[in-house]
Amino acid sequence: MIEVHGLTRRYAERLAVADVSFQVGAGELLALVGDSGSGKTTTLKMINRLVEPDAGRVTIEGRDVASLDPHVLRRSIGYVFQAIGLFPHMTVAQNLAVPLGLLGWSRERIDARVTELLALVELAPGLATRFPAGLSGGEQQRVGVARALAASPHVMLLDEPFGALDPLTRDRVQRSFDGLRRRLGLAAVFVTHDMAEAVMLADRIGVMRAGRLVQIGTPAELARAPVDDDVARLLDTPRRQARLVAERLGGGT
Amino acid sequence: MSGPLSEQLALLPEYLSAHVRLTLAALAAGTLVAVPAGILAHRVRRLEGPVLGVAGIVQTVPALALLAVMVPLLSGLGLPGIGTLPALLALVLYSLLPILRNTVTGLHGLDPAVLEAARGVGMTPSQRLRLVELPLALPVIVAGIRTATAWTVGMATLSTPVGAPSLGNFIFSGLQTRNSAAILTGCVAAAGLALVLDLLVRTIARGCALQRRRPIVLALLGLAALAAWAFAPAPRVARGAVGRTLVVGAKTFTEQYVLAEILAGTVHERAHHGARTLSSLGSTVAFDALRRDEIDLYVDYTGTLWASVMGRTDAGPGRQEMEDALRRWLQDEAGVTLVARLGFENAYCFAVRRETAERLELRTLSDAARHAGELSLASDYEFFARQEWRSVEARYGLAFRDKRTMDPSLLYQAIASGQVDAITAYSSDSRIRTLDLVVLEDEKGAIPPYDAVVLASPRLARESPEVLAALRTLDGAIGIDTMRALNGRVDEGRETPAAAAESFLAVRRKQR
Ligand SMILES: Nc1ncnc2c1ncn2[C@@H]1O[C@H](COP(=O)(O)OP(=O)(O)O)[C@@H](O)[C@H]1O
Ligand SMILES: [Mg+2]
Repeated sequence: MIEVHGLTRRYAERLAVADVSFQVGAGELLALVGDSGSGKTTTLKMINRLVEPDAGRVTIEGRDVASLDPHVLRRSIGYVFQAIGLFPHMTVAQNLAVPLGLLGWSRERIDARVTELLALVELAPGLATRFPAGLSGGEQQRVGVARALAASPHVMLLDEPFGALDPLTRDRVQRSFDGLRRRLGLAAVFVTHDMAEAVMLADRIGVMRAGRLVQIGTPAELARAPVDDDVARLLDTPRRQARLVAERLGGGT
Repeated sequence: MSGPLSEQLALLPEYLSAHVRLTLAALAAGTLVAVPAGILAHRVRRLEGPVLGVAGIVQTVPALALLAVMVPLLSGLGLPGIGTLPALLALVLYSLLPILRNTVTGLHGLDPAVLEAARGVGMTPSQRLRLVELPLALPVIVAGIRTATAWTVGMATLSTPVGAPSLGNFIFSGLQTRNSAAILTGCVAAAGLALVLDLLVRTIARGCALQRRRPIVLALLGLAALAAWAFAPAPRVARGAVGRTLVVGAKTFTEQYVLAEILAGTVHERAHHGARTLSSLGSTVAFDALRRDEIDLYVDYTGTLWASVMGRTDAGPGRQEMEDALRRWLQDEAGVTLVARLGFENAYCFAVRRETAERLELRTLSDAARHAGELSLASDYEFFARQEWRSVEARYGLAFRDKRTMDPSLLYQAIASGQVDAITAYSSDSRIRTLDLVVLEDEKGAIPPYDAVVLASPRLARESPEVLAALRTLDGAIGIDTMRALNGRVDEGRETPAAAAESFLAVRRKQR
């Protein structure tokens, strides 16, 4: 579905992304984890050409993205931004309608789809006429996800989408997203620096460090055979935390 | 009070609609140029510096100076140098900067996350501009348009001297004829117009920000109604005239207003030609406009023409020789016809209070030269730049303690109240007598004669010899006493120039 070969991007003398390759199959979710500055966002943006690579190639459903008009390409890919990026001068409904309007959908079809999308991300229909400034962080984040899903893309790119949420909301949104992407059969690349989130949501995890993809595999593979101590420690983090939490709550042995 | 005020209010529709036309046209053109230029400067960073720089330089030119340079500039390009065009152009240039600057600032200041989202959902650059960048920058851009609106309404009052009628006509002529009702009318109307336009623009801005259609529609309707009223063709005042309506120019002082009305009335009564007056033209603006056929007639003075137009630096020959030389030069060099000599002189003269004259025993300019170090002098805007002053200064060695310039209408107030000791007065001014001023004699003949003469444009002379014939009846018809009395009616009697002119024309009608 998504194939990335030797993707490389330089900023001045600094290698932001160096020779990254991976594949994501239909219905699969790949989580990219790594320290901040390790090149996750840059990798993601090269997939829908928000950033142009210096070297390497991206194909989606067998087609080289470099051969497509960038805006045509982007209309077929859902992108959830780290900073959400809702249009502040548009209501929730208008925000959700933007990708559909760009595809030339009719008014009635758009209205029906907007209602559907609000239900999909579990937002009250009454929010449709509100402006982003009048929403909570969690609501904004869900509108961001709904806007990315609007045109029913087969491919989703998500950049730390749930980073700004409080733990309870985060848990609920994560779960509803997990159900959603499985139901819709999305191929997704999901950037996060939260290992627990990666383990819970991902089919496979790619670990990035200093622009390189140091290891990629299922959570179990990574836990069983980490390529180095850092990866081992990284995979151990959620387990250690879970143990600690269990002990503190008195449920431990 | 109701008399002078209602007289002014009768003129309001004409001047206000002209002002609205000028302002709206300038703002519309300014916005249409500045917003795209701002977008370009935002997109192509290389252009930002030059574009804002040029607009900034235009802004540092004082409004009045900008208007003034438009006249020779346009004439040099073979375009009408007086009238609406130079005023409009200057106003458009002036309105550019605030709109341009705010467009660039508004676009620069947008949240990068929102712009990236716009790219991310698949907008093309032009969709981004239309759907995201412009709507978000709109409040800042409209703030720029509001600033431009305030400036333009104010600056449009200054377009009167380049021949574009506006609310400035109230202010300029009011200042000249000491008509406070006129000044008040002009100021209040300009302020009111500025408030109304600001309210409309602000309402549009708020409607955009709140995404409410109703206020926007209402404000746009308001603007449209204002424009429709201002641009609607005015009902022509048909005076039972034949041929085209002639334009009689007048410079910025009372006597010129009165004489322009007298010329217009004479043309109408004796040649059955429609004629209207175009007041408050700058001194050299009037002559340039005449030689270019932009006005048909006006009254000038031989000494002024000798020095300012012919560029002669000497005091000139005797009275008759000067007139003959001028007549020939005007005809040959400018195609302008000297039609008639009215019969009075309006020369620059030096005047002091009687008390000063007696105390220092001043009778002539030579006497004044001896005491000049103790005396302060006030004059109009032109005089110190004129050849006559250099000539007087050189012949008499005049070195005043202090030299000031002020509006001609304020000179008499300044000397009467003792703020200055001497002024340059105009010999036909009624206030010399009223204020009991002593005119110092120019015994060395440093100042040339200033006989009032009627000048006609090349086109008028070519097309309408009957008009010239009608005007020749004015030859010698206005003596110094008549002129002083007419000036006095306006300056001190608070009549309008038209009323004063009518009193003169009425007497002439009876004599026929
Ligand atoms: N537009 C840019 N200009 C210069 N450097 C950049 C730019 N975007 C990213 N970088 C640099 O590239 C590296 C990778 O950044 P990024 O992909 O955002 O990392 P991550 O998302 O993993 O935190 C960082 O060192 C960052 O400073
Ligand atoms: Mg990042």
